[in-house]
Amino acid sequence: MSSNPGPELNAALAALSTIILGKERQLRLSLACLLARGHLLIEDLPGVGKTTLALALARVFGLHFQRLQFTSDLLPADILGVSIYDTGTGGFRFHPGPVFSEVVLADEINRASPKTQSALLEAMEERQVTSDGATRALPDPFFVIATQNPGEQIGTYPLPESQLDRFLMRLSLGYPAAAAERALLIEPERRDLLAGLPPVLTAARLCELQAEVRRVRTAPALVDYLLALVRASREHRALRHGLSPRAGLALKHAAQAWALLEGRHGVIPEDLQAVFTAVAAHRLSVAERADAQVVAAEIVASVAVP
Amino acid sequence: MARSDNLPPARLTRTVLLRLLAVQALVLAPHLPRLPLWAAGLVAVILLWRTAAALRGWPLLPGWMRVLLTIGAFAGIYASFGRVSGQTAGVALITVMAALKLTELNSRRDLMVMVFLSYFLLVTHFLFSQELWTAAYLMLSATLITALLIDANHAGGVLPARVVTVMAGGMVLRALPLMALIFVLFPRIPGPIWGLPADAGAARSGLSDSMAPGEIAELVGSDAIAFRVRFDGAVPPPGERYWRGPTFLRFDGRSWDGGSRAGLVDAPAAELRGIGYRYELTLEPTRTPWLFALDLPARLGLPEGAVINADHQLVLARGEVRERRRYRLQSHPDYRLQPALPAPLRALATALPKAANPRAQALARQWRVEATSDAAIVERALRMFREQPFHYTLSPPMLGRDPVDGFLFETRRGFCEHYASSFAVLMRAAGIPARVVTGYQGGERNTIGDYWIVRQSDAHAWTEVWLADRGWLRIDPTAAVAPARVERGIGSALDDAELPDFLNPALRNGYRFDLRARWDWLNARWNHWVLGYGPELQSEFLRRFGIDEWREMILALTGLLTVLLAGFGLLLIRRSTPRPVDDAPSRAWRRLQRRLARAGLPQAVHEGPADYAARVASARPDLAATIADAARRYIAVRYLDADSDGDLKALRAAIARVRP
Repeated sequence: MSSNPGPELNAALAALSTIILGKERQLRLSLACLLARGHLLIEDLPGVGKTTLALALARVFGLHFQRLQFTSDLLPADILGVSIYDTGTGGFRFHPGPVFSEVVLADEINRASPKTQSALLEAMEERQVTSDGATRALPDPFFVIATQNPGEQIGTYPLPESQLDRFLMRLSLGYPAAAAERALLIEPERRDLLAGLPPVLTAARLCELQAEVRRVRTAPALVDYLLALVRASREHRALRHGLSPRAGLALKHAAQAWALLEGRHGVIPEDLQAVFTAVAAHRLSVAERADAQVVAAEIVASVAVP
Repeated sequence: MARSDNLPPARLTRTVLLRLLAVQALVLAPHLPRLPLWAAGLVAVILLWRTAAALRGWPLLPGWMRVLLTIGAFAGIYASFGRVSGQTAGVALITVMAALKLTELNSRRDLMVMVFLSYFLLVTHFLFSQELWTAAYLMLSATLITALLIDANHAGGVLPARVVTVMAGGMVLRALPLMALIFVLFPRIPGPIWGLPADAGAARSGLSDSMAPGEIAELVGSDAIAFRVRFDGAVPPPGERYWRGPTFLRFDGRSWDGGSRAGLVDAPAAELRGIGYRYELTLEPTRTPWLFALDLPARLGLPEGAVINADHQLVLARGEVRERRRYRLQSHPDYRLQPALPAPLRALATALPKAANPRAQALARQWRVEATSDAAIVERALRMFREQPFHYTLSPPMLGRDPVDGFLFETRRGFCEHYASSFAVLMRAAGIPARVVTGYQGGERNTIGDYWIVRQSDAHAWTEVWLADRGWLRIDPTAAVAPARVERGIGSALDDAELPDFLNPALRNGYRFDLRARWDWLNARWNHWVLGYGPELQSEFLRRFGIDEWREMILALTGLLTVLLAGFGLLLIRRSTPRPVDDAPSRAWRRLQRRLARAGLPQAVHEGPADYAARVASARPDLAATIADAARRYIAVRYLDADSDGDLKALRAAIARVRP
């Protein structure tokens, strides 16, 4: 292994922790998600710091940030961009939409119509936008943080399972702990602190780290363990169907990123366990009203570490 | 995340509660008509109140009130039955107590109790009814109770009713092969499947041990089955289908009964002629000792426990017919019964109360003076019935103090018992020995299964007179009045207006009638193959598979079950335990696991090595350094680097240093 990325990642984590208080685990997971070149879905109530997290991630890595508020009348062109006739040149000129940013915060994604949702999700998957016959690559790194409000609120279009699959992880931040909330009220506004947050890493370094993640070793024993987990999800009684092979791949990448964050150059079972719920829960198709988080925890608890 | 989250909540949700109440209603309902009125009312009120309480969120009864109710119900059952055990009282008690349990029902634990109580209650239905529809009802109820059991054990939210019902149905279906296996192979003891306690069986309609005017007419309204008959070959013509039952010798002026037979215990001599009819008769329970037989049964090959008595009547030597009985007989319609009449029997068979029915007695004495022979008197009496305006009816007018006189000389409207009774009285008054025989006449063919059904509505009474040289001779005076009764059955002998619906010829065709025949056929099969599956049928059935004896049966049963269960168990074990990886690092690590497990720190199945090491270190600080080193090396060998011999050696050494 070339260099030990541990210290710089720890510095990035530390910087994030000064903004988002008392959410060490979620920060670590979202960082792992970014490192694994995945996209992040945050499901939470308004006002718990989803936007702040996205902003902080963008700043720490020195990335260009764009926020997109999803509403029911948002159109695909509002995201992807549009070609407009330019009287000066006498031709059409493409005006790139907000999706052409390194970090995109898609706020309340489930409020947009399915057509608009799928425009974004396709761009996320293919990392390129095709419009008027021309294909334009999205920037690299490209990281989407989407948020959605939990529960069936009026005027929402819940994401179908196939599109949930585009997100590597799903997290919820939850209410802050008492001490953290106290600090939140006493200290200066988070947004102001954010402005003073110096970038710890560069976009180029992030790309290197992302490449490094893919090189983290997954020993045969670990692959066996991963397969056992996937198989257990397919045999679990509360599930209509289990994890797909793509989900298995996602688990591997997330665990590799987690191992890198831990400063390891190989994945151990604990890494896989740490990311399992975040990666697997939203892909599990649970029988009515059972809890995917509980089921995911059950699967981890029931599969023996080889 | 904690394991305790996965247990169902201790308090029941309203949905589960309502489902339980619905299942309870289903399980308890068939018992309600068998309970005393107050108990049935109590059960119904509790069910309704508990449902309302669940819907409206009313508070449950306080403890002292429940105790009072329980004591009261117990006392009530004792007061109603004079006991609290036995079939009816015991079932009543458990039914009421199950309902009372609902008053405190609130937690998951109560639900489990109710579920198992419901399974038990379900079985008690079999004590009262073993018919086909009961079995269907029990299967349905068992499925729903099982669904409730799934609800009770399900973690997380309430599952939709359809999901649990389908799951439970699947379980019940999967249990069926095992049930069939046990049913077929479990060694049977003689007696019915359901050995009933002494108070079993409610009063049944049927012929009784005495006969008064109007009693048989009442039976015509009942379509209950008396017995089914399957003939081996030829079927006797309708005029010979007299199924002999209780025979009556003593007449008190109004009604007939058996009277005392002191000194007359031996079966009379009977000379049977011609080729007999062979048949198998399946008798429904009567709670009487009589076994019915076609006139006149041969004495050979009698059913077990049966004898032929002094009236040549087939009876059980002791006991009553409490459960369905199947027996084979041979009968000969052409016979000569008791050509030599013993003097005491002759005295009994000609006795008449002197004061009763004087006009009939006078008429018979006049016949005796005018007649040349006994046979002529018989003929004369029959001619009177034929020629005078006698009418065959189900609803004869009331008769006064001398019913025979009233019938013969005034009303002239009567049912078979009137004819049989007055004919016998006339014969006796003329000095000819006579007796009344009751039983069934006719029967209806079931074309689906090719057997004959004899119903209570086929009940009949006729007369036997004793003539010198010819012995007891069957004379059916009803046949003289209404020949159709004997030839074509009761349905064609009565006015349509008098007939119950099921006998009405206008309604006896078409698909409803056909459906009825099919249903009866299905019931007959059920009776034969399921309820009648006793020791004989079992050994007959198993002999086809080369199993001769009950010891072998047990062996076969245990062997089959063992093989099945063992196979299933092995399959489960194979599927649930992944084969452990067997390489050098894991062997070394297992050594460490065993050592630490002995020290009270076993590694959990899902625990990774790093987590385990951390846990051990915090539990045993003295081991912290060595376990951390061992775990680091193990992780390195197993997950981080391709293993090499040097690393492996170091790992073994590190593991050896961990000494709890």
